[in-house]
Amino acid sequence: MDSFTFGAALLQYTISGLTIGVIYALVAIGYNIIYNVTEIINFAQGEFVMLGGLFAVFFTQTIQLPVSAAFFAAVIVTGCVGFAMERLVIRRARSSTVLSLIIITIAVSILLKGSAMFWWGKNPYSLPAFSSGRPFIIAGAAVQRQAIWIFAVSALVVICLTFFFRRSAYGKAMLASADNPSAARMVGIPVRQMILLSFTLSAAIGAAAGVSITPISLMEYDRGALLGLKGFGAAVLGGLGQFFGALVAGMVLGLAESFCAGYLSSGYKDAVALVLLLLALFFKPEGLFGSREAAKLKKF
Amino acid sequence: MTPRDWRIFVITALFIGFFPWVVQPVKAISHYVDVMVFAGIFTIVCLGISLLMGYAGQISMAQAAFFGIGAYTSGILTARFGLNPWAAMPAGALLAALVAWVVGIPALRLKGHYLAMATLGFGVIVHIVLSEEVAWTGGPSGMVDIPGLQVVGLKLKSELGWYYLVWTVVFLVLLFCFHILHSRVGRALRAIHEEESAAEAMGVPTARYKVQVFVLSAVLASLAGSFYTHYVTCLNPSSFNLMWSIRFILMVMVGGMQSLWGALLGTVLMTFVGNEWLHVFADFEVLVYGAILLLVALFLPKGLVSLVPRRAAARSI
Repeated sequence: MDSFTFGAALLQYTISGLTIGVIYALVAIGYNIIYNVTEIINFAQGEFVMLGGLFAVFFTQTIQLPVSAAFFAAVIVTGCVGFAMERLVIRRARSSTVLSLIIITIAVSILLKGSAMFWWGKNPYSLPAFSSGRPFIIAGAAVQRQAIWIFAVSALVVICLTFFFRRSAYGKAMLASADNPSAARMVGIPVRQMILLSFTLSAAIGAAAGVSITPISLMEYDRGALLGLKGFGAAVLGGLGQFFGALVAGMVLGLAESFCAGYLSSGYKDAVALVLLLLALFFKPEGLFGSREAAKLKKF
Repeated sequence: MTPRDWRIFVITALFIGFFPWVVQPVKAISHYVDVMVFAGIFTIVCLGISLLMGYAGQISMAQAAFFGIGAYTSGILTARFGLNPWAAMPAGALLAALVAWVVGIPALRLKGHYLAMATLGFGVIVHIVLSEEVAWTGGPSGMVDIPGLQVVGLKLKSELGWYYLVWTVVFLVLLFCFHILHSRVGRALRAIHEEESAAEAMGVPTARYKVQVFVLSAVLASLAGSFYTHYVTCLNPSSFNLMWSIRFILMVMVGGMQSLWGALLGTVLMTFVGNEWLHVFADFEVLVYGAILLLVALFLPKGLVSLVPRRAAARSI
């Protein structure tokens, strides 16, 4: 094989892997936020991504908003869905067993998926890219402009969240609620509100990922489950609760998937991320960047 | 089995025995026998789930995958290699047991959400393999022309024959499960559910028992899968996806997770709901499923059997 085209193909796979990987990272961050506050794994997380993408389609095509406005509208509306999920469902289940909680979030995910099918049907939808123009050509590999946007959105989210949780009073209060809810309540933190905030925030971030990916890979009602699972893989691999870890792990998953699709078999590309998820859960549940001591305190 | 369980057993067996005699002459509901064959097949899966999730407290979102492993092993061995179905069945069960054992040892060290995610991921992987290995499984378009079953040299043709065969197996499995629950292992499983570290401190080999009950539930699911294959004689990967794992769990939850009778009741009820009464919703039946799942988990977490008056239900296992 010609070495130039081989190099170009390699670069192309790397770029597309990193792009999709960043999306997984955003999904993972959604899991992390809810986990950080409630120690719940929200099985409906992937559906927020799907909803974000489809709401953006609704706002651009039906209401004719410009893409930038549609982005924020979709993020806000999906955030409201997360808000409603906590308020109407999770709050009622506060005394449930872990098993019931799992079933409940799965039930919510089925309802969201079913409703999406009801409104949008089974067809995949596309969205115009955030900025138009031809892709950049770097060493023979094409970089879509949308990919740059995806990187920018994720970088912004990660930086903001890191500051939010490390520096702001609200962020610290959220972490405290997770660590020890009764002690947090004792020092005056409204734990229920923190949980509500976490679901809203997590849904909004999922939606941001969904809107960003739709111009590249389209969006349909049943994409949520797989995106959610892969995002969870990134969350575990990066160490649950860690934003930077999720970012790196998401990219690792995206690269693995992209190389598998490019060099091995495109049919099995979805399995790669899942196999990595299983390996991470089985052999390193504290994640690549989590500490073993901290992991012992968590409820694996 | 307690005397109460024996009473329910006899009543249920009589009901099942006479059921076809009542519904078959009535034209409008004569196909209920067919629905009940499916209900019986699903009950075998759900009894395994009841042991694993209701009694031992270990969640598995991969039962449809084991159901599929049994179904496809039987399908491939009989349709492609001409093996006798009765020989293919244990082969499927063995494969399911092996897979469950290999996955179960690391997976069952996890708890709660993590175990759920791990089994969910595993289930999706199996579904991908079933869809991708086109040369073996026929891929997304599925397999056809799988032979039916023969009992003592006679080809099982009628629904009635299938009905009695499947329900006989269900009652045998039921007896076996009751036997396990009233043994040392059954008490150990309940101890694991209550408080795992306490059970371990009392000398219960928790890790081993958890894997064993996982393997058992996989074998039951695989067995049911084999019967399913030979009954419908065609296979498609979409019968073994995540939604089906959730459906099985829903069946057990509706009846009551911590009771084998609950599993049986819930499965029969939900099979009728799914096969009969939700057809009007077509594609949107998934919404109804989600709603039922949510309502049951929120308001009736112990299932329909928890509505039975407490005195009668005291120590119901």
